[in-house]
Amino acid sequence: MTDNSTTRPRVALFVTCMVDTLQPGVGTAAAELLERHGVDVIFPEKQTCCGQPAYNAGYRKDAQVMARHFVDVFWPLVDEGSIDAIVAPSGSCVAMVKLQYPILFEATDEGYHWRAIQLGEVTYELTQYLVDFLGVLDTGAEFSGKIAYHPCCHLLRELRIDTQPRRLLAAMRDAEIVDLQGADECCGFGGLFALKNAEISTAMGRRKAHNLVASGAELVVMNDVSCMTHLNGILEHEGHSCRAVHIADLLNRRSESDGG
Amino acid sequence: MAVDVGAPYATRVRQALADDGMRTALDRATGHLKERRDRAMAEIDERRLRDEAGAVRRYAIERLPDLLEQLEANLIANGCHVHWARDAAEAVGVVLEIAREHEVGDVVKSKSMVTEEIGLNEALERSGIDVVETDLGEFIVQLAGESPSHILAPVIHKRVEDIAEIFRIRLNTPRTTSPAALCAAARRELRNEFLVADMGISGCNFAIAETGTICVITNEGNGRMVTSLPRVYVAIAGIEKVVRSAEDAVLLWQAATRNATGQNVSVYFSMSSGPRRRGDTDGPEEMHVILLDNGRSRILERGYADAALCIRCGACIDICPVYREIGGHAYGRTPYSGPIGAVLTPLLDYDIHAARDLPFASSLCGACRDVCPVKIDLPRLLLDLRSVVVERGASPVGERAAIRAYSTVMRRPAPYRALARLAGWLGPLAGLLPPLSTWKRDRGLPRFAARRFGALWRERVRDEEGAAG
Repeated sequence: MTDNSTTRPRVALFVTCMVDTLQPGVGTAAAELLERHGVDVIFPEKQTCCGQPAYNAGYRKDAQVMARHFVDVFWPLVDEGSIDAIVAPSGSCVAMVKLQYPILFEATDEGYHWRAIQLGEVTYELTQYLVDFLGVLDTGAEFSGKIAYHPCCHLLRELRIDTQPRRLLAAMRDAEIVDLQGADECCGFGGLFALKNAEISTAMGRRKAHNLVASGAELVVMNDVSCMTHLNGILEHEGHSCRAVHIADLLNRRSESDGG
Repeated sequence: MAVDVGAPYATRVRQALADDGMRTALDRATGHLKERRDRAMAEIDERRLRDEAGAVRRYAIERLPDLLEQLEANLIANGCHVHWARDAAEAVGVVLEIAREHEVGDVVKSKSMVTEEIGLNEALERSGIDVVETDLGEFIVQLAGESPSHILAPVIHKRVEDIAEIFRIRLNTPRTTSPAALCAAARRELRNEFLVADMGISGCNFAIAETGTICVITNEGNGRMVTSLPRVYVAIAGIEKVVRSAEDAVLLWQAATRNATGQNVSVYFSMSSGPRRRGDTDGPEEMHVILLDNGRSRILERGYADAALCIRCGACIDICPVYREIGGHAYGRTPYSGPIGAVLTPLLDYDIHAARDLPFASSLCGACRDVCPVKIDLPRLLLDLRSVVVERGASPVGERAAIRAYSTVMRRPAPYRALARLAGWLGPLAGLLPPLSTWKRDRGLPRFAARRFGALWRERVRDEEGAAG
């Protein structure tokens, strides 16, 4: 144990505020997946929100306040070498840290700009980290039924992560992955867009729900709790039985006989 | 019910979402255009076309003043009259002056968004001049007394059934939904207009600096008639339309049409390099070119040069999931809709308040950035504009306060935990409070966890330590 502990990757879980408060089980699943594949997971308890809601709504000063807090929580861990990576069960929040933090601090704060770039380089989305860094091809998960995969926009078009989650899903036992028409179209969440343009947002969501029903999927899997919450709200409101689940939950699902 | 382009944003959106006929039309047409684009792109090296087209446009925008001077000199050498217009009023004034000088009574136009931008048709009609749009879609929109809802397909918001009804009422066309029969009716109507018109007016897709040439892309041949049949031809070009060479223009022509309609190239590409010369069998007696600024210099000054790269192919509009739900009229009194419209409209306008909602009319899904043939980072521009709206104090007061409160809570762990606990404790009651009250109108309510992840983790660590000790 002590012997290989020095070679085990050490990861700080960036759980995201939405997982923390709405879907804590997704955080637990992410931690268990990482641990099961040989990672030492720590959870920096002072983390809050990355600031994306404010940033995307145009409130850069407010976003900076939150982004500074994020950097203050995670940067010392990277700087003192106590972690190798920051991993989040979200494409959107990772895109915020990796791609938007440098823009946010570019002209205003040299120190934070530099630290944000360093942090961005070691921040990964969960399935990306599992596949690209841990070489996981199969999480041993199983689910008997039809599932559809919805690539979340920021995961797909900001981070360009697509093959990793699909590969892990394809390895699942008993699961039938069905085609979803318009799979790569936005579900309509879009952060504050879901509130500021609620009617457009729900119209987009209903279109996605319609396609999901047509696909015959019982579950639609995705990598962001935000889109998942929006879609479940729509599916529930429209009276459909299909439900959105987070990929960490599904990949961590094991049969009883495995003994967990 | 049609969308009232003069109504406030929220009203326009509501009207658009309630218009089932329009949404069916948009669904059909945008789906069709996307398929054609996908097929056209699969045939070629899309990345190379984007790299080259982007480079050609960037070159032109970076050397804009030099290229414009070269363009002006070559247009004059070709026998054209060149007019510089700072804004819409100046451009309209120039056209009216030319019309007065030539005693123009009838004008035929080739589809042009820049003339929509400056309100040219209304101004000409106020001066007693008959204006006829000759692009089929634009002709239909004119018959219906509406404005275009898409830069390329002005009547994309109407189903063929709706168009048949307009033709029946306005042109006495027998009831038919055959596109060929409707086209034939429009052609009969328009043929005569071309013959009687005194003046032709077009926009400009590309203005070639090296040769002094105005290029107009059409599929119907109406552009060629407009630029060559009437005595006087007036082309109106935004100053950003200039390109270096004929080679560059041809490259952009391909990029534009492949992205717009999935064609290798459009059916017509009309290049006008001056009025009729001695010995020519046709062509206008006089050719005028109006180079219009109307906010474009300001776009460059304010650091939004990327927005000036646009070649108006409409690919970002066709792929936009927001546009598909609400259509172009929901963007207001602007010919530019979809993601590029949400960027250009507030930038061209002096008053950020007038178009302050548009940069927010996007879920930032990024589909537009991936299709743009000149690689405009539209989400980035939308985000930048959002921050401008906020900095200028044009965002709603309640929202400002809510975001401030949110960032104050989130900057420290203790208040954040307290709020999370409160939300978990409130449970479904949290749905009575904004913003969740807005959320739940058409959506089931999310439930805050009774115990947040952080609390579960702490417990787990304690258990592990207990087990170890």
